[in-house]
Amino acid sequence: MMKSSIILFIIYFIIWTLLGFSFDLQHILIGIMVALFVVFLTGDLFTLRPSHFGRVTRYLWFCYYVPVFIWECIKANVDVALRVNPKLPINPGIVKVKTVLRSDTALTFLANSITLTPGTLCVDINPREGILYIHWIDVKSEDTEKATQLIVKRFEKILKRIFE
Amino acid sequence: MSEVIGTIFIVVGLGFDIFGCIGLIRLPDVYNRIQATTKCVTLGTCSILFGSMVFKGFITAAGIKTFLCIIFLVLTSPVAAHAIARGARISGVKLWEKSVCDKYQQDKSL
Repeated sequence: MMKSSIILFIIYFIIWTLLGFSFDLQHILIGIMVALFVVFLTGDLFTLRPSHFGRVTRYLWFCYYVPVFIWECIKANVDVALRVNPKLPINPGIVKVKTVLRSDTALTFLANSITLTPGTLCVDINPREGILYIHWIDVKSEDTEKATQLIVKRFEKILKRIFE
Repeated sequence: MSEVIGTIFIVVGLGFDIFGCIGLIRLPDVYNRIQATTKCVTLGTCSILFGSMVFKGFITAAGIKTFLCIIFLVLTSPVAAHAIARGARISGVKLWEKSVCDKYQQDKSL
């Protein structure tokens, strides 16, 4: 509880400093007060397991994840931009995929990554069984296993190392 | 030099934004439209912001603010898309008639 509040306070204070971007005493004091107030309000909403912030390997895997994600995102954009031509080469449908991730943060990041990558949009999620329903603009396989292989596997391994 | 690179990024971003808007009009049903708008508009707007960041320089007040805007946009835009798509599916908006499969319908009707 105490630990997660301290982590939140540091994050809020960094964001405040970057947004204001002036380093005199007034701004920093106000920043500390505002950050304390927001920590008091939001408390333990965001960091449920503060021990996870301490491990360096997680940050390294996150640094690896960012370029992978940006590359997939650019591919997604070219893909969708090409589908807007007059012939409309689309083949949409909702498929079901399974994931081994269980924690809230990991599932949120997985769903966000899926939404921003080629032709897939997360529609609904069943966190207890790890099932995601995904709208796919060009269905290559209706089978759950194969769809999982095609959509989820790219990110699952990395996200497991970061958040689980 | 940085002005040229920044302008290139801004032009590319505007191109993606236009494709997103065309997709919003052209594609048949609500889910496909969400696909087009989320992806193209997110990367397009991020690209415009990145272009202005290159324009202004990275470690300036404007540059840092643009960087925070990019992070905020990437984190929140897919969440809005999930919310709209889930709301549409639950309230019973049909898929396009040429859609291949609908596993969600099958699972929920069981």
